Amino acid sequence: MLDIKTLTIAGARKDLDSKKYSSLELTKAYLSEIENRDGNIHAFLEVWRDNAISDAKAADERISRGESAPLTGIPIALKDNILVEARYVSAGSKILENYRAAYDSTAAKKLKEQNAVLLGRTNMDEFAMGSSTENSAFGPSKNPHDTARTPGGSSGGSAAAVAGNLALAALGSDTGGSVRQPGAFCGVVGLKPTYGSISRFGLIAMGSSLDQIGPLTKTVEDSRILFEAISGYDSNDSTSIKNREKSEKDVTPRARKLGVPRAFLKEGIQPDVLANFEKTLSVLEKAGHEIVNVEMPNLVHSLAVYYIVMPAEASTNLARFDGIRYGLSVKADVIEDTYRKTRGEGFGEEVRRRIILGTFVLSSGYADAYYRKARTVREIIRSDFTNVFNSVDAIVTPTTPGPAFKFGEKSDPLSMYLEDIFTVPVNLAGVPAISTPAGSVERGGVKLPLGFQIIGKPEDERLLFSIGKDVERAYPAPWRTA
Amino acid sequence: MEKNIDIDALAKLARLEVSKEELQKLENEIPAILAFVETIQKVSAKAPISKANLRNVIREDENPHETGIYTESLLSAAPAREGNRIAVKQVIKRNKE
Repeated sequence: MLDIKTLTIAGARKDLDSKKYSSLELTKAYLSEIENRDGNIHAFLEVWRDNAISDAKAADERISRGESAPLTGIPIALKDNILVEARYVSAGSKILENYRAAYDSTAAKKLKEQNAVLLGRTNMDEFAMGSSTENSAFGPSKNPHDTARTPGGSSGGSAAAVAGNLALAALGSDTGGSVRQPGAFCGVVGLKPTYGSISRFGLIAMGSSLDQIGPLTKTVEDSRILFEAISGYDSNDSTSIKNREKSEKDVTPRARKLGVPRAFLKEGIQPDVLANFEKTLSVLEKAGHEIVNVEMPNLVHSLAVYYIVMPAEASTNLARFDGIRYGLSVKADVIEDTYRKTRGEGFGEEVRRRIILGTFVLSSGYADAYYRKARTVREIIRSDFTNVFNSVDAIVTPTTPGPAFKFGEKSDPLSMYLEDIFTVPVNLAGVPAISTPAGSVERGGVKLPLGFQIIGKPEDERLLFSIGKDVERAYPAPWRTA
Repeated sequence: MEKNIDIDALAKLARLEVSKEELQKLENEIPAILAFVETIQKVSAKAPISKANLRNVIREDENPHETGIYTESLLSAAPAREGNRIAVKQVIKRNKE
């Protein structure tokens, strides 16, 4: 029997290879779940039904030849900012509503090479700017645990699809927490890999020095499988890491030293969320790890630095949307008005806000005080990580200061920005981090999942998977009940 | 720091049409966000001297792809075209007065 509620990539791989069911049956099961239940969740912007079925048939042929790769026949959803040739890709924006990708992103190409089944594209905050999917031009997604609440964002559609059993796994992108925070809110595993480990070629850019594609999965092992499949050097991404060591083999389990930046955790965290975090620490202690306090005095500046660097890079990246070469084009008599009207109509409110902010911090007379100063402080934050990693193996924090919030609850932009307080430092430093489900808190009679964040040294994803599995063993999987 | 930020001028620089109502809203929001990010001005420490994390990578100018193989897929995305060219509106205004 095919029970997609308890299914994982690792489990499906065994079943497919032993012909317990075919990829076509598996794919059709997901397509019918999407048809029956996505009207309520709105995880998908578009379902590639016919394409998914032909992908599944091709996968079944490969499996019958005995040549299956780890993702052959596995139904996966992609965030709407990852290009798949000839398919619509809109980054959740009106400005790209009718745009079809001219080429494959490297991540999508690698999934195709393994004959994974591409189910469709998932909802997101416009241009990945937001923490709730409320900034999507096509309406928000809902949290499968409580549809009155957001799934988090910006990769909220991907997280909701996995948590709601509408896809076996999904790809998102993480610029300041956009994979880890929705992962935490929806009770699934979210990985932000080391900057440069997964090619950004064909990922619609927001903040180029911060962006990284990452998997959303039900288990830590699935996260590892998907990460291994899409990572690797790519000459099309100038920031791609060469000669990266594979994380295929788990590190031998042994006691690790885990650092907790206590002083930083006081920032706006809800009391029962902090208590739940302490509980997870004791779980890890019982598993043999040593918990120590660490000083990271400059982390408090992370959000301020982020809200200078990110809008500066985003406003620069978004300058390419001009109504001339592709995307929306508003007719006007002179080219200057085509630019202004196209961008004014095509970009949503939050995107316009960040373009204005980015234009200001880069403008002559202010760039030194804002943008250049922020880059300096970014280096100081990075050195906080380098220093602490001399004495500990990993740093642990809660993923978010609270559980999933309700729609409209964070209407003030600054209150929404504060959602990313624990995730943003990781992107500034370029190090990897994983959020794994760890316990829950109750709000309005509903149990809402929480995430536990493990931050590692550059290219040390292996250790994150190993410690993540220790956390995973201690808690019942929240996606079983969603 | 400067608190009277000319949002209208920034919008013009960013080639962004912004309505009057939104301009008023942004005139409150942008200074509030800037007040928040300005806290970094207090950080006095100098940046540690580290090797550049990002540098430009330029590939060798060799092995070009066959001319024209991407022309159609790229042009098909353009809002207006004339033959194998993207058509654009007049760039320079003719001053009639």
